[in-house]
Formats: sequence, C-alpha cells, structure tokens
Amino acid sequence: MAQETTQKIKKVLLLGSGALKIGEAGEFDYSGSQALKALKEEGIYTVLINPNIATVQTSEGVADKIYFLPVTPYFVGRVIEKERPDGILLSFGGQTALNCGVSLYENGTLEKYNVQVLGTPVQAIMDTEDRELFVKKLDEIDVKTIKSIAVTTIDDARRAAQELGYPVIIRAAYALGGLGSGFCDNEEQLLTIGEKALSFSAQILIEKSLKGWKEIEYEVVRDRYDNCITVCNMENFDPLGIHTGESIVVAPSQTLSNNDYHKLRELSIRIIRHIGIVGECNVQYAYDPESEDYRVIEVNARLSRSSALASKATGYPLAFVAAKLGLGYGLFELKNSVTKETSAFFEPALDYIVCKIPRWDLGKFQGVDRELGSSMKSVGEVMAIGRSFEEAIQKGLRMIGQGMHGFVENKELVIPDIDKALHDPTDKRIFVISKAFRQGYTVEQIHELTKIDRWFLQKLYGIIETANAIESYNRIADVPEELLREAKKQGFSDFQIARACLKQNMIDTETAIIEVRNRRKSLGIVPVVKQIDTLAAEYPAQTNYLYLTYHGIENDVEYKGDRRSVIVLGSGAYRIGSSVEFDWCSVNALNTVRKEGWRSVMINYNPETVSTDYDMCDRLYFDELSFERVMDIIELENPHGVILSVGGQIPNNLSTRLDGQNVRILGTSATDIDHAEDRHKFSSMLDELGIDQPRWRELTSLSDIYEFVDEVGYPVLVRPSYVLSGAAMNVCSNNTELEMFLKLAANVSKQHPVVVSEFIQNAKEIEMDAVARDGEIQLYAISEHIEFAGVHSGDATIQFPPQKLYVETVRRIKKVTGQIAKALHISGPFNIQFLAKNNDIKVIECNLRASRSFPFVSKVLKINFIELATKIMLGLPIEKPAKNEFDLDYVGIKASQFSFSRLQKADPVLGVDMSSTGEVGCIGYDTSEAILKSMLSVGYTIPKKNILLSTGSAKQKADLLEAAHQLHEHGYNLYATGGSHQFLTDNGIPAVKVYWPSESDKEPQALQMIHDKKIDFVVNIPKNLTATELDNGYKIRRAAIDFNIPLITNTRLAAAFIDAFCNISLDEIQIKSWDEYK
Amino acid sequence: MHNLKRASLILDDGTVFRGKSFGYEKPVAGEVVFNTAMSGYPESLTDPSYEGQILVFTYPLIGNYGVPARDTVQNLSAYYESEKIHVEAIVISDYSFEYSHWNADKSLAQWLQEEHIAGICDIDTRALTKHLRERGSMKGKIIIDGGEEIDWVDPNIYNLVARVSCKEVIEYGNSGKRVVLVDCGVKHNILRCLIRRGVTVIRVPWDYDFTGLSYDGLFISNGPGDPTLCDATVEHIRKTMQDTCKPIFGICMGNQLLSRAGGAQIYKLKYGHRSHNQPVRQVGTNRCFITSQNHGFAVDSTTLNDDWSPLFVNMNDNTNEGIRHKTKPYFSAQFHPEASSGPTDTEFLFDEFIKLL
Repeated sequence: MAQETTQKIKKVLLLGSGALKIGEAGEFDYSGSQALKALKEEGIYTVLINPNIATVQTSEGVADKIYFLPVTPYFVGRVIEKERPDGILLSFGGQTALNCGVSLYENGTLEKYNVQVLGTPVQAIMDTEDRELFVKKLDEIDVKTIKSIAVTTIDDARRAAQELGYPVIIRAAYALGGLGSGFCDNEEQLLTIGEKALSFSAQILIEKSLKGWKEIEYEVVRDRYDNCITVCNMENFDPLGIHTGESIVVAPSQTLSNNDYHKLRELSIRIIRHIGIVGECNVQYAYDPESEDYRVIEVNARLSRSSALASKATGYPLAFVAAKLGLGYGLFELKNSVTKETSAFFEPALDYIVCKIPRWDLGKFQGVDRELGSSMKSVGEVMAIGRSFEEAIQKGLRMIGQGMHGFVENKELVIPDIDKALHDPTDKRIFVISKAFRQGYTVEQIHELTKIDRWFLQKLYGIIETANAIESYNRIADVPEELLREAKKQGFSDFQIARACLKQNMIDTETAIIEVRNRRKSLGIVPVVKQIDTLAAEYPAQTNYLYLTYHGIENDVEYKGDRRSVIVLGSGAYRIGSSVEFDWCSVNALNTVRKEGWRSVMINYNPETVSTDYDMCDRLYFDELSFERVMDIIELENPHGVILSVGGQIPNNLSTRLDGQNVRILGTSATDIDHAEDRHKFSSMLDELGIDQPRWRELTSLSDIYEFVDEVGYPVLVRPSYVLSGAAMNVCSNNTELEMFLKLAANVSKQHPVVVSEFIQNAKEIEMDAVARDGEIQLYAISEHIEFAGVHSGDATIQFPPQKLYVETVRRIKKVTGQIAKALHISGPFNIQFLAKNNDIKVIECNLRASRSFPFVSKVLKINFIELATKIMLGLPIEKPAKNEFDLDYVGIKASQFSFSRLQKADPVLGVDMSSTGEVGCIGYDTSEAILKSMLSVGYTIPKKNILLSTGSAKQKADLLEAAHQLHEHGYNLYATGGSHQFLTDNGIPAVKVYWPSESDKEPQALQMIHDKKIDFVVNIPKNLTATELDNGYKIRRAAIDFNIPLITNTRLAAAFIDAFCNISLDEIQIKSWDEYK
Repeated sequence: MHNLKRASLILDDGTVFRGKSFGYEKPVAGEVVFNTAMSGYPESLTDPSYEGQILVFTYPLIGNYGVPARDTVQNLSAYYESEKIHVEAIVISDYSFEYSHWNADKSLAQWLQEEHIAGICDIDTRALTKHLRERGSMKGKIIIDGGEEIDWVDPNIYNLVARVSCKEVIEYGNSGKRVVLVDCGVKHNILRCLIRRGVTVIRVPWDYDFTGLSYDGLFISNGPGDPTLCDATVEHIRKTMQDTCKPIFGICMGNQLLSRAGGAQIYKLKYGHRSHNQPVRQVGTNRCFITSQNHGFAVDSTTLNDDWSPLFVNMNDNTNEGIRHKTKPYFSAQFHPEASSGPTDTEFLFDEFIKLL
C-alpha cells in the first residue's frame, strides 16, 4: 500500500530547527535524525536544512545533502528552487520548521515547485495553530476547549479579560513554547503582558485561567488508514499554570483512574481523526481534580519535546514511525523496533515509571524573574527511570546537576517565606517542599499552597520519613539492613545515607560513601538491571535499552565478562555551557567504538539526545552519571575501559574518583586530567614550562584581594574554581563593583577562596582544539573569536580557520600547545584557550576533553576529530591527517543563539559568564558571507531603514565609526543617544538625536521608538563589562528584546555584522550545500 | 516504614518469590497469570473472568488512586465489574499505602481485607512475568510467614463459569428490543453498554435454556476458565442457530463458545493475553484496533467449519480475535469491546449488534 506514495517520492527535504533555544532544543536533533533514518531505509534521497552544525543530524551520512542555512522561508525557498525535492517534512524541526513550512505553503512556493507536504496536511497544521480555528474545529466534535477570546488590540484585550473575569492567561498565537504568554491577576498585569505578546504576534488570546487543575498529555499517532494509537500519556507533577516544559512530568499518569485515563485517550483519538493528522501529535489537557471535567489546552501537530520524551519513556520511536507514516505506510505495515517481532500498531505497556525534571540556569542571568509560569525558561531536562516514584524522582533530582543529592540531605536552602515559595513556584520549589516537610508542614497544607496532587506529596513525605529514620543513627554500621534496603528502593544515594547518618561529622565524604557502598554490598543490597521492552515482558525482546533499580532480584541481561565493551559517559542535562555538541561527540565516539569491533556502551539520561537513542550503541544505560551509578555499571559490565573525554565536564570530573577505584580510563590519565583541572598544579606547570598566563591568585579575604588588585590593576576577573562555563564569574572594574559582587555572589572565606585574575582588555581570544597521542599533537584546529576577550567563549562568534591572526601568533600557539600536550601526556581530545595581544600569547584555560567547538571544526575542516581521538584512546594506529586548516578556501563562522526573550527581565548583555543557549555554524567564501548567514540563522534580520546606536565608551565609539559610515552610505537612518549622537555629528555622519529613559521630558524617546517598532536594529554597547549597568542601557536593551528587535551589545560583532550586510545583499548569498565547499 | 508480614509466592515449579503481605492474611492457591495494564485495578479485581487466578500486575505502582465506593446504579455496580472481588490474590511490586482520588472510598489494602483477598507486594514482578512467559501460566500459592499451608489448586479443572454465573434470570429495563444475555461471568460494563443502547436485557444463568423465551438477539458473555466445560451453553447456542436466525454477539468466552458451536476447537495459550494494548486487525481490511483482553484460551480458527470465517486477528501472534458467520448475523470478539478497564476503540461493536436486532 505504501508503495504507491513512496514510488513518486524520490527526494525529500527535511527542515531542522536551527540553533538550540529555550523551548526548542535537542529533541529536534533526535526527531530529525530518526526521520532521516526512516527515509534512508526507503532509499529516498534526503536534503536537510539546518544551520546547527553541532547536531548529529548534520553529520556525514545522516542526510545526503546538508545546507547550513537559516530555516526561513527565503532560504528554504531558494534551496527548493535549486534542489527540486518531491516532498517536504515540516514536523520534525519544531515550531521553526512548522512556521516556515506554513509560510512556504501560503506564499505558493510549495505549489510552484510541486513539493508535496508529507504527513499532516498544512491545513490541519493551521487548524491547530490558529486558536480560533482550533476552537471551532473542536466545537464541531463537542470537545471542550478553554474558552478564549482572540484580540488584536490592547483595548479589546482589556474588554475580553473583564468579560471572562480574572485571573486570565494571555497567549500569543504561532509562538513556540508559550513565548509571550503569561498569567494576569489584574488589569495592570494584563496591560504589560498583553503589549509584549502583541509584539510577537498580531493576534493574542485571552483565556480563563484554570490554575490548580491537573495537566495531562497524550502522544497520539494516526496513519492514513485512520488507525490510531496513543503511545504514552504523561502527568504533570505541577498543576496547570506552569508550562509543561517547566514542569516535573511523570509517565505514565499516576493519579488517573481507568475512567480518567481512557476518557482522555478516547478524546485524543477523536481529536486526531477530526483534525486529520497523519503522523504524530500531542494533546494537552486540563483535568479537574474533583470530577471528570476537562478542557483541551492545545494540540501540537508535530513532533515536540513531549514526543521525544514519550519516545524515550516508552521505547516507541515516534519520529521514525511518523516519518514512515508520512510516506504513506499504515501502522500495521511497520514493526515494533524493540521486539522486532510484534506490530508497531500497539500501545507500549510500561513496567516502570519515568520522571522528567527540567533544568534551569536562571542563576546565570542578571535580574531575571525566577518565578515559573506559562512561558518556558528551562534550558534542558533529564529523565529518570525507576520502579517507584521515589526512586525515579530522587534519581532525577541528582541528574539535573545543580549540586542536589536528591529530595533530602541537601545543602540547607534559605527560604524567608516558605508559604510564598510554595504558592509562587520558582525553579527551587521541589526543594522548598522538602524544607517545608522538615519544618512540620503537612501534606494537606502543602497541597493547599501548591495544588500538587496529594499522591505525589505523600510519596515525597515517605522519603522524609525514611531520612528521619536514618538520621536516628549516627554510625553507618548501625543502620539496620531493612532500613538500608528501603532507602535504596526510595532512590537514596550512598551519599544521602552517609550524610543522614554522619550529619555534620561527615568530613571525608569519599570514605563515608565507600563505607555505605561496602556495607550494602556485603548485605547483598545492589541494584539490578532491567530492560525497557515496550511490552512489560509480555514478549521476548532483545532490547539493549536498560536502567538500574533496587526494586528487583535479577538482571534482565547477561554479562559476558569478556572485557570487550567500552563505556562512553555522556553529558547529562543540556545546560548553558554544555549541550548538543557533546551529544555529537558522544555519538561519534560510540560509532567509532562499534566500528572498531568493540561493544559500545552509553551512560546518559538526557531524553533530548541522540546518544540516548538505543539504536546508537550496543547497550544504553539510561541512568545517572554519578560516581555511585557509574561504578555499579562498571562492576556489572567489566569493560575494557571507560571514555570520559567526550561528554563535557560531568564525566571529566569523575576521573580522579574512578581512578581511585582502579577503573581503566581510556585516553589521558586521571593524574594528568587533575593537573589540568587543578588551578595550582596547572599554573605551576605552566611556570615550569615558561608559558605565560594572566596573573592570578587564590585569596581568602577582602584585604588580600585589594593587595593583589594593587599589583595587577583593574579590571580583574573574580571566580570560584573547578567550574564549567564560568558560573558566578564576574569582571570588576573598581572597588565598588568588587565589593558588591563579592557580597552578592561569593562568600569569601578560608573554605571558600576566590580566584582573582588580571583581566586583559582588547586582547584576541583564540581556541585551540586538538587531538594528541602520548603527548604528540596529531590534529589541531585554531579558531579566533570575533569579539575581544571578555565575552565567554561559549557566547563568542568564532571564526575558523582564523582570518586575522599573525603567522607569528599561530606559530607560538602551536608551540605552546605542543609543550602542554607533552607535559600532560595527552592521549585524546583537548582544548586550550589563549589570549593574544600583539604577538604575546597567554594560556587562560586547558581542558583535557573535547570542547564545545569540536563538531564545528570537525565539520568545517571535514576531519572527524572525535573519530580520531577515539581510535587513539582505543590504542589503534591512526594516520596523521595530511590536510590542515590553512588549505581551506572557505570560512566557517560559529554564532551564538540567545534566549533572552524568554527570560523576563534578564539583562541581555554579554560577559564572562556564558548566557547563550545554542549556536549555529555556517560556511561562506569569505568572512562577510559566513557572518551574514550565521547571524541570519540565529534570528537577526537585515535592517530595513532605522538603526538606533548607543555605542559606549570613547574607544568603543571610535571602533564603530567605520561601521556607522557604511550604514550612512547605504542609506540607513541613524538614531543615536547623547554621546553617540555627538560623536557621529563630529565625524560628519548625520544622525537624529534620541533621548534616554532618564531624560523623560524630551522627545523623541528611544524607548518609545522601540515600542512603536520604528527601529529595525539596536546597537547598544554597555560602557563597562560588569553587569551592574546603568538603568538606561538596561531599559533599551530589554525593550529591544521584548519587542523582538535585533540587538547587538558588542562593538566588534556589531562592526562585523554591519560590514557584512552592507557588503552583501541577501540575493548574493550563495546557496551551497556542505559538500560543495571543497 | 510499614509493618507487614513477610510472605512467599511459591510456583508449581518450585520457584519462590519473597515479598510482604498487604492484603488479607490467609494462604491462597490458584493459577498465576500476569496483566500488563497500567490502570484499572478495581475493574480487573472484580472481573469474574479472573475467578480462581492469582493476578500479577506488571505495572509496579498499584493502589495510587484507591478504590471507589461499592455503589449500585440500577442494580449494577457503579464502578466495579461485578459485586465482589474475583481474583484469588494479587501480586504487585510497589504498593501505594496512601492514595488520592476524588472518587476513592478506601485504600486497596482496606478493600482486600474487607473482602478477604490476599495481596503480596515487594515482588520483582518483571522477573516473575518473564518466568511465566517462558514456562507458561502455572499454579501458585501465597503463604504468609508463620501462617497456614495450603494445597495446590488448578482452577481450570473446575467449571468456573458455573461458579460465577447468576443463579436466576434477571431482567434489566423494560423497553426496546429484548436481548438474552447468557451470563458466563458477565462484566457489568457489558450490561451497561447494552442497557445504554435502549434494549431490555434478560440475563440468564449459563446453562439456562433460553430458547423458549421471546427475544430479538442473543448475547454470550465473557467468563472464566476452560470453555470446553460449558457444553450446556454450546448446545443452547447450536439449537438457536438451527431454529432461528436471530443476531448473536459474543465476547471473550462468548467468542469461544460461539466458535465451539460453529465446530471449532479451543486450545490453551501458553500464558494468555491480559492487557490493554493488544492490537487486532479486522480480517481483510486495513482497520486496526487497540483492545483490552483477558483470556487464557483461544479459538483455533483453522478448525471453524465453512460457514464461518475469522473476523479479527491478533497482530502480534496471529491468534484468533473473533469470528463471523458468512451469511447469518452472528459474530463475536475475543477481546473486550466494553473495555473497563482498557481502551474503548471497539465499543462500536455493540452498535453493530443493536443495528442487527
């Protein structure tokens, strides 16, 4: 049957989702990769457009042709014109791809080039995206939706809210992840949120709020024969009111009876049929906790974050199946890819519970609103699997990697008003619940304040009771066996048990943990390995998808003990500073391990990744990357060795402890890793080698800090040690800033020393990504930052190969890198960051692991750094690549994606602390073309007419003079604030003077022009590098973000971007696929 | 921590699983079977088809939403599938001592204790299920530590249908077409599904000779145990088919009895189908349905005589899931169109039956 459709379809275009951003992250790399795999299996030629160069889907062999171009109607249209595909897939690249596809349909491009939309028809997509159409559609089949009124003006919004009665919720139509949405308890809030939402979308919706209802989701699949299944349902731990991406979610639902479950299931199927989805969709419900009343919140007619989670939660490959259904297959024609015997037309039966917990990084943003609501702020998520809720949630709370050990035995939180913290949820609420219980709150009281279902709270209270029981003992040896077993079943880690026993007497953590471990092992309290097989053991399955639990007596898999497996540790939750790039590294390490004849074993727990697709390795342990769990798995697997250097900082941090247990670490040794990680050891090594570094000191008192500042002068960089992506780092330019920062962010003391380093201004920052064997460099890539040092390397715009470095600088960098590689006996991947001023180079950081830029340089250079590094770690011979970066006739630019629009109130300024959530990498024949492609890929647009400039200090103003000239010559109208206006006028560039918010009595107001959308592009350069920027600048920057106007805050990047769009027009950008750059 | 007595689940082949007793403390014996449904324990426990069986839930968290009250509406249980719990005992992994649901009246443990039903928790139900899958459903017993012993019981040698069927004729409703329902252990939701469609249901005991009654259609219900022990019912069905052409609809046991009446053989499955996710396909079409199932025996559709053909087939193991008569209005389903518990995709079969009347 499928044949008739597929025969016509020979070439298919798939749209990716672009850079990772809040609301659209790694899940679409997974979905897209699965879809491409499904197409490939059918012998279809695949074309992929996705500028996200760090993804797995943009790797060689996944798609036949890859375009690193913006996923916008303009560029996709041009690719269609060139490639002439027969079909297009719109539902695998998130809202970005969906919106782009709808535009191409509406502007006639698809019809013009005769491109067939595969899967769900565009009309069905539009029916679900336009709120009014959607409500009407569901009214037709008597399905209840949340009553809402669509308005296009703020006055109508006010009237609608009055009619519905507060509280109301505002939603922007066609917005990803609830962008611009919010709850309003009164008119004042309505005006603020409404105006902002209207800036994102011409139409906004005012709805009655159903706060406190349960939120339930179903993942539904339909084929063109009208056969339907619901693959999974999920229940939000947090009631309605918190965006599902911000919510702790469990699957399957836990508090629904059979009637509840099947009522909603039946509705889901009725809805998917009526809308006419072919493929997959997600239906979200509000469900009354006191009856069987419900409302449909929304339907997502595409693969979503929830569908990726559902795939991982059940083992049912939704994206893969959806792609096949798009080609015309019936569900009955496909096989269950886990059992390989039974049909794909079935609904998975789980015999475990999964718990998804979001990961927030709100601490990285200055001024950000920490309260959770209907708009998404989290940057990643984890999925924990267990055979009890307690086990799953405690695992999950450790997995999010924010220093928590589970639900209990954490560092004491300071919560001034517990009632408020329970009622108004923030990213910390689950821990506030823990604290509240400890302070004597009852389940009922917490339920009243949070509306979280009592069942969840009762289970959490059970964890508290167990903690109390353990705390009544003071020695690990005294804890009774039964209690120890119970605690492990409730997901307590050895650390939690040790701390509960020893309390403040736990000085040597490591010894205490090992003591717990040895005691429970001697009592036979060890976890067992269970399979995820989609059918709850009803049919035999050769599945390699595994997790560990204490609720069991036997392992599902047999261990050969032949030492032929290699364990690769993954990167955990996506977070600012560690995301899809490490997934690419992990997947490539697994591929190489497999290809070289070893069994590849993955440990990771991030449901958004490709590395946690059980097809990618011989064994997948979807479990914690803690020392305890990794040791459990190593003891079972008895591997040849463990690879720590491809999953970012989490695995790297385990090196010393694993080495302490005689685990064989493949690649650079733990001792050498420690020499690079430990600031003192690394520094003295550099001194011995005669390699320069910025002066620094670890200090324990304010007076010592002042003394050091006297020596090196301001500005200085202040930071704690042993962290990734510079959490809590800051640059201070004077005493006031220094004191303020130390008071707010760091607690200077003997236990908490602070590292202060000299901060070199106007220096270039250079990245060295390399692979070495036994201390000899085998392969390297040098890239340069467009911005000067001071912008975190994860936020910087990076150019590879470098275009503006002195040959001398390059030579010195190679030499120093060689010295360091030798001194640290590096075998495997590593990265060194340098500062260069004139020809002086200084080392600022060295990581003996793959870095964020490995996929970028690998793909631009077309040599797979990880494959080579993995071979070296496996001890295999390699051929040193003959090609190097200086042979390339093209340039790659890696640009960063920021998600400030989702982070209400955060100051969108860049600094030494990383704040971008994703990146793209584009290739061009020169810097300008590559810059333009990459900036357009991260959401910038070429301004039409009006540009607002406020350009910082005198030096920065001067740096932008040339760019201002260019803008003027190209006919742009320049608007500038006081000093900038003066400067432009003095230099003969006409500009209109506009006023700061503080000059409120004068016209025209810069802020008003932004509100009125009279400005197309804002360049706002903060005067200094600290985050305590003047109110004026903050207001302008924030308004630009809130009104969706492109903003640049860095002189060098602004100059490069302006230069690019003044020199090249859109039409001049070349539409070339990756393989066309030779 | 809860103070529970330790208990053992002992299988016929000597395997012992250690756990804790959370239900009524008494030794029990029966046939151990597993169900992979993730919700619906009150419905399953009261399903008469589980008579004589020790039911293992593969879903580990059980008891979360408590148990609804024993209310009756129009002589039928409001929330249960019969008047009482029919399973001999239940076996689970993680019992939820606390429960939460607006419709809950008591905890699962309280209910088990009230109805004198044993329950054992803290069992590795996945290991147990794999064991049953490999070796087949087998006899088992639950013994509480320090408690009494009990002998093995094989429920399939008894006429369980006779045990659970009603003892006298019961009539529901008094308007519309008249449907005779042969009660082999009928689930109340079947009665609800029929009554809701505006017919009068005359519920008769399994061996009742209904052929003399005045009626428009015949329904053969689900029920426990071995269908080869229900010769009386099969005889009555045969007689009806010879004498009249009134529509017949059978579910589960009803499918097996109708098949026997149509000449087919029945065999015992290794470990049966008990779940909410069984895929079936309507033979000769592209229509597929997710169904709720609970049966240990199956129809060998190759032995059907020429007047009959398979109506549905299981997409996982190709076993028979229903039959139809080629010329007469007789059909049946091995699965449960009335669901409860389970998916409701095939409830339309009741409409089709009503249309035929």
